[in-house]
Amino acid sequence: MNKADFLAALRQQLRGLSESDIEKSLEYYSESIDDRIEDGMTEEEAVADMESPAEIARQILMDMPLPKVVKAKARPSRPLRVGEIVLLAVGSPVWVPLALAAVLVFLAIYVTIWALVVTFYAVDFSFAASSLFCLAQAGISLFTRGPVQVMYFGGCTLFLFGAAVLLFFAFNALSGHLIQLSKNFIQWSKSHFIKKEDAR
Amino acid sequence: MDIQLKRGLLEVCVLAAIKNRDSYGYQIVKDIKPCVEISESTLYPILRRLENAELLTVRSVEHSGRLRKYYHITPAGLERIRVFQEEWKEILSIYQFITREDDSHE
Repeated sequence: MNKADFLAALRQQLRGLSESDIEKSLEYYSESIDDRIEDGMTEEEAVADMESPAEIARQILMDMPLPKVVKAKARPSRPLRVGEIVLLAVGSPVWVPLALAAVLVFLAIYVTIWALVVTFYAVDFSFAASSLFCLAQAGISLFTRGPVQVMYFGGCTLFLFGAAVLLFFAFNALSGHLIQLSKNFIQWSKSHFIKKEDAR
Repeated sequence: MDIQLKRGLLEVCVLAAIKNRDSYGYQIVKDIKPCVEISESTLYPILRRLENAELLTVRSVEHSGRLRKYYHITPAGLERIRVFQEEWKEILSIYQFITREDDSHE
């Protein structure tokens, strides 16, 4: 395979991505081949030294944001035939709800993960706020109520404040894991789209 | 090796490869290869990621009648290397603890 064939094959694999993304990738790989030739390889050797266009495209797609991957993969590789368009239209009561459900399930999982993170900090904030409230109550009790109430509210202040601080660290660590989980979830969703393409 | 870990390590390797002088794709692959297996298709997404994170900048330089992209490290990129060294000092001491000759119990 010569350089032109290689780049044409790569362009074919990347179809569906924006023209500027494709151009950037082709420029990079064209440059890599030129550098190898300059290093003493023949054009054939330089191309053979690169990985297959399919593997290169897979790596590029795995690094793209999820919406771009979906858009690139959803676009048909050639104009649809009349029969296919009719089939798509007739089948739409089946596949449109299914596709919609898949998208909604994805969104629900993603939102749930982030809602958990928000919940953690809301809980922590409420602990901190109640400790401040108890502190105020302890101050008021100093003048209006007896020493028992002052001690009660003072104790509550310390307990709630301590809990807020400890929970803050615990929630920080948990959130870190959850954010990593949401990233892995997106990578997993992407690999689903990209694998599908290879199997076709 | 764990994929996430390898990804992070490769990012720092690429930054280290352009730390002292600007370099280009094929040269970076050649520099890193003796230490860790890396291919052009792995390097390309990494370079894009580092560029988006502003850890390096890219400029095109005329080279024997064509353009070649040179990558230049930014102060944020140098900082990333420094943080990496700090973190791995800790990991190294943990490693030494794990692999130490076990003679304390005899």
